[in-house]
Amino acid sequence: MDKFNTLTGVAAPMDMINIDTDKIIPKLHLRTIKRTGLGKVLFEEMRFETDGSEKPDFILNKEPYRNSKIIVAGDNFGCGSSREHAPWALLDFGIRCVISTSFADIFYNNCFKNGILPIRVTKDQLDALMADASDTENPELTVDLVNMEIKRPNGVTVPFELDAFRRECLLDGLDDIGLTMQKGDKIDGFEAQQNQAQPWLNSAPPA
Amino acid sequence: MSKPRTLLDKIWDSHTVDTQEDGTCLLYIDRHIIHEVTSPQPFEGLTLAGRKLRRPDLTLAVIDHNIATDRSEAIPEDSQLQIDTLRRNCEAFGVTLFEVDDPRNGIVHIIGPEQGFTLPGVTLVCGDSHTATHGAFGALAFGIGTSEVEHVMASQTLLQAPVKSMRITVDGELPFGCTAKDLILALIGKIGTAAGTGHVIEYTGPAITSLSMEGRMTVSNMTIEAGARAGLIAPDEKTFEYLKGRPFAPKGADWDAAVAHWQTLPSDNGATYDKEATLNVSDIVPQVTWGTSPEDVIPITGVVPDPKDVPNPEKAAAVKRACEYMGLKPGTKMTDVEIDTIFVGACTNGRIEDIREVARVAKGRKVKEGMRTLIVPGSGLVKQQAEQEGLAQILIDAGFDWREPGCSMCLAMNVDQLQPGERCAATSNRNFEGRQGRGGRTHLVSPAMAAAAAITGKLTDVRDMLNG
Repeated sequence: MDKFNTLTGVAAPMDMINIDTDKIIPKLHLRTIKRTGLGKVLFEEMRFETDGSEKPDFILNKEPYRNSKIIVAGDNFGCGSSREHAPWALLDFGIRCVISTSFADIFYNNCFKNGILPIRVTKDQLDALMADASDTENPELTVDLVNMEIKRPNGVTVPFELDAFRRECLLDGLDDIGLTMQKGDKIDGFEAQQNQAQPWLNSAPPA
Repeated sequence: MSKPRTLLDKIWDSHTVDTQEDGTCLLYIDRHIIHEVTSPQPFEGLTLAGRKLRRPDLTLAVIDHNIATDRSEAIPEDSQLQIDTLRRNCEAFGVTLFEVDDPRNGIVHIIGPEQGFTLPGVTLVCGDSHTATHGAFGALAFGIGTSEVEHVMASQTLLQAPVKSMRITVDGELPFGCTAKDLILALIGKIGTAAGTGHVIEYTGPAITSLSMEGRMTVSNMTIEAGARAGLIAPDEKTFEYLKGRPFAPKGADWDAAVAHWQTLPSDNGATYDKEATLNVSDIVPQVTWGTSPEDVIPITGVVPDPKDVPNPEKAAAVKRACEYMGLKPGTKMTDVEIDTIFVGACTNGRIEDIREVARVAKGRKVKEGMRTLIVPGSGLVKQQAEQEGLAQILIDAGFDWREPGCSMCLAMNVDQLQPGERCAATSNRNFEGRQGRGGRTHLVSPAMAAAAAITGKLTDVRDMLNG
């Protein structure tokens, strides 16, 4: 996983609530056994006509937003299914950060596994950042994970919060499976104790 | 006296392997169910890292999302590749897999409980958001992403930030013509799709305890549509009765010990929650969604809302967009909305009780000409039971299309899909844009309401058909 330190880039405004995972990546693209190559179908139904041509009004089809690295979106971003294809598609397109007032829990978790930073801000902060992103002359934001702040084009900073462990994993690009495997002894110990207390949990499955 | 604990506290505490300084917990996972869509990448990850699947004996695999519910229909090549990849991986890693033609196969969240793989007090995960279903048994069950699937495969644990608790008390008695589906739709309509974000919901109250296990699963299933990853219902005699004798359930002395433990699980008197909500269902009528979010719920007696009446500008914009997508004018009576397709099934409503509800409405009636009707049992065993009870014949006689088990048109990644502009009364759980097929329009309803719509060709108040 790529480390996340400071990110400066174009922020695309998506002033819409409840952007669900079906909108982020339609289900037909879940028929893959890979994690890569999904950026071209990110937001497919909003972004493309059925014949594959671009919908000119969609934000990521307009300059300067074709090269967005950040999305500023309405409340409850990523609601719906658990598909990690949603963050995979965002990442593959080049999005490393999503800013909203709230995120659905599973999507929020999935972001961190892929080096994407989801940032929760207040409604007032979101409104200001949405306005910044909507300024086609200068829609760039800088997201600084070290100091946990977003720098707006006018120089004002917006602080944000994040769990210490998630922040550390992003900053160092850590693989959390590797970290957990180092706790193998504790897991062994837990299993032994649970096996004594609740042996039925290990009931052999039927043949 | 120690502090009173909730059902959530009890399960969480007893599964904590390790706690980090910032409160992040390493939780042990007792049950892992996998399917063909979200398992290829984690199996590949394990292989590349040279890791083993830690507990194949606690892992169960099904094939559900991609299969055609008319088995004679061809499966697209990429779907077939996903299915074959699961077969190869289960073989290589020693995981029990229910094959497509095995009567025990079906939708992942139907077969877990049906097989007794789902038990009270366990932690259960699956790479699918509707894993919340299993919470009906008092299991802490939630959907996870693919990276987390790999984490569980490798370590049988998950890293979890602490969650908050939310209690939803449902009072009253479900009125005539209303079911568990109407209850959960009414609830989401009231509290919204983000009410449970960051929380685990515990459902309590007489309207919950009086539900059958099937009804409780319908409620818990849609917890994710209320924003919470997991729902919980305290286990009781109904829960034990349902599980006893199921293939994976404990047997003999183990069963007695298990029940004794399960009886200690319900929340203690005086336990406190981070958030509370209530609903009284005594006055509800059959519910239906008009828009493209599961919170866009109104009574069947209602009309499509007008964005002009919505004070919050963001919400008003969402209502306007939803009306446009759904092709509905504000003020339209819901009972005037014509439909061309009905879908009964999914992990929300694909159980035997749901098929019985459809048959009750269908008996002695005929499906309106030209209607497409998919009745999809949630498992091979549900299908067998419906056939033995004579329900399947009632449906076939009425002109319904009685199909093979699978996820079908709930998510339409298989061949069962809506075409652009088609309008469906569906018993599934999501009415998002494009959910049942690009351009397709979905109205979420109960099984009985879907059956009524199939007969009249319009969204219909099923109470009018159940009278007399």
